[in-house]
Amino acid sequence: MSVFDGLKFRRVYSPIHNLDPRIKFVYVCAVFVVAIIFSEILPLIALFLMPIPFVLLAGVQKEWLRSLRGAAFLAGFIFIVNIASNFFTSGYVLTAGAVETSAAMTLRFVVLVESFSVFFLTTSPDHLGLALEQTRVPYEFAFAFTTAVRFVPVLAEEAQTIMDAQKARGLELEKGGFLKRIRNYVPVLIPLIVSAIRRSLELAEAMESRAWGATKKRTNLYALKLHRGDFALLAITIGVLVVAIYVRLYVPVPAISQFL
Amino acid sequence: MIEVENVHFRYPNGVEALKGVSLVIKNGEFVAIMGQNGAGKTTLVKHFNGLLKPSEGVVRVNGVETTKTSVAALSRNAGFVFQNPDHQLFSETVEEEISFALKNFGFEAETIEKRITWALNLLGLAQYRKTSPFLLSGGERKRVALASVLAWNPETLILDEPTIGQDYQQKEKLRQFIVQMQTQGKTVVIVTHDVEFVAECNPRVLLMKEGAVVADGEGREILTDPEVLVQSSIVLPQIAQIFLKLAPLGLPKNVIDVYEAKEIVLKALEKRRK
Repeated sequence: MSVFDGLKFRRVYSPIHNLDPRIKFVYVCAVFVVAIIFSEILPLIALFLMPIPFVLLAGVQKEWLRSLRGAAFLAGFIFIVNIASNFFTSGYVLTAGAVETSAAMTLRFVVLVESFSVFFLTTSPDHLGLALEQTRVPYEFAFAFTTAVRFVPVLAEEAQTIMDAQKARGLELEKGGFLKRIRNYVPVLIPLIVSAIRRSLELAEAMESRAWGATKKRTNLYALKLHRGDFALLAITIGVLVVAIYVRLYVPVPAISQFL
Repeated sequence: MIEVENVHFRYPNGVEALKGVSLVIKNGEFVAIMGQNGAGKTTLVKHFNGLLKPSEGVVRVNGVETTKTSVAALSRNAGFVFQNPDHQLFSETVEEEISFALKNFGFEAETIEKRITWALNLLGLAQYRKTSPFLLSGGERKRVALASVLAWNPETLILDEPTIGQDYQQKEKLRQFIVQMQTQGKTVVIVTHDVEFVAECNPRVLLMKEGAVVADGEGREILTDPEVLVQSSIVLPQIAQIFLKLAPLGLPKNVIDVYEAKEIVLKALEKRRK
């Protein structure tokens, strides 16, 4: 469940935590877009390094590294699939270029994971909900989204309990071949899904008993306001986007394998 | 036999849930572990079948250190029934649910059949054999979970909060069932908040507070000692409360059993009449 640990919000205060979630989200989306428009390794390495100052400023290194470790398996899988498909389609030769492209694809995935991890680590679900509401997203959707985010750690904890309960009945998750291992997770997934559905029904009833949807226009206890730091981040975001698009259009990006 | 030697346990998030626990549970003993929420009760019993391994110290089950073997191997001897049955039910029928562990432990098909029938009869679930566990009531699901563990007949039975969500009659059945396990020489460990239930069973009581054992002894001694109980925010069982108030009349203080209480009161009344 280490992947989920990398998404778990802890209430601490840092310049990054205090940033407006809307701007942070725009920043993450910008990183996302840049990661998609480049398939060369050099810009992706730059993108990979970019969140590091944010992580250090926010003081969430440990959780952030854990989320990266959690993504390592999938990253390895992406790398292998890329290499293999390249190997079989290019007439059974392995070129340095192929390795580089595969590494770039993997890095693209890692960049997406790491930026989302920073975002969720430093943004409280409440702020996220507020941000959605203030951007005129219908409250139903905003609420559904925040609830989903808020229940991720709860579900992760529940999954751990279920795994323990099934292990106590002799289930060995790591036993057997690839297919057997996937099947091993059935006794964990079914109780998890059933309890998630049951929980959502209970939540709906509890909310309705507290007058959910009684008035069209809700009021909020807090309102989000943009501060100086938010404008700085917005400037960085626009800068990154402009540079990336300029480079994409007018500057040929070299591959490392060309220099070898 | 379960031996716990100076065990410390820290969760990955840094919380130290056990701070130097030492105890021995002999074969055939009946132990109730009590204490506040977060006192470390469940953390402690999860060490008994290796679900958790001590950060410091040693846990030995039948002489084998839990760090040197698997949860599956330890579970063969120590059946652990979790608090919430919904955390383990996943099969289409009750029968399949119970066979799950038996298959994991590699029992033969014939034996599995017999064991299922035996466990279902023991817990009064025979009529639900082909029913989906999800269609049963809360109390019934709890019994299915218990049956699914009992089926492999473990030497030690660990029950986490077995009385939660059970009506009084079910609790009484559970008590009789534990007594029955006892006569078969099984070790039973329960984790519970339910003072009245413990008072009726009168087991050995282990009182925990903030990751340490603060009292260990006979139920009738610990559950009648208000000074010990107040540390763990446990209220005395009702019978003990009555006898505490009656103590100035010369009645004994350490009474928790209904039948014993009746005898004592009757005797005292007779004395007065004379």
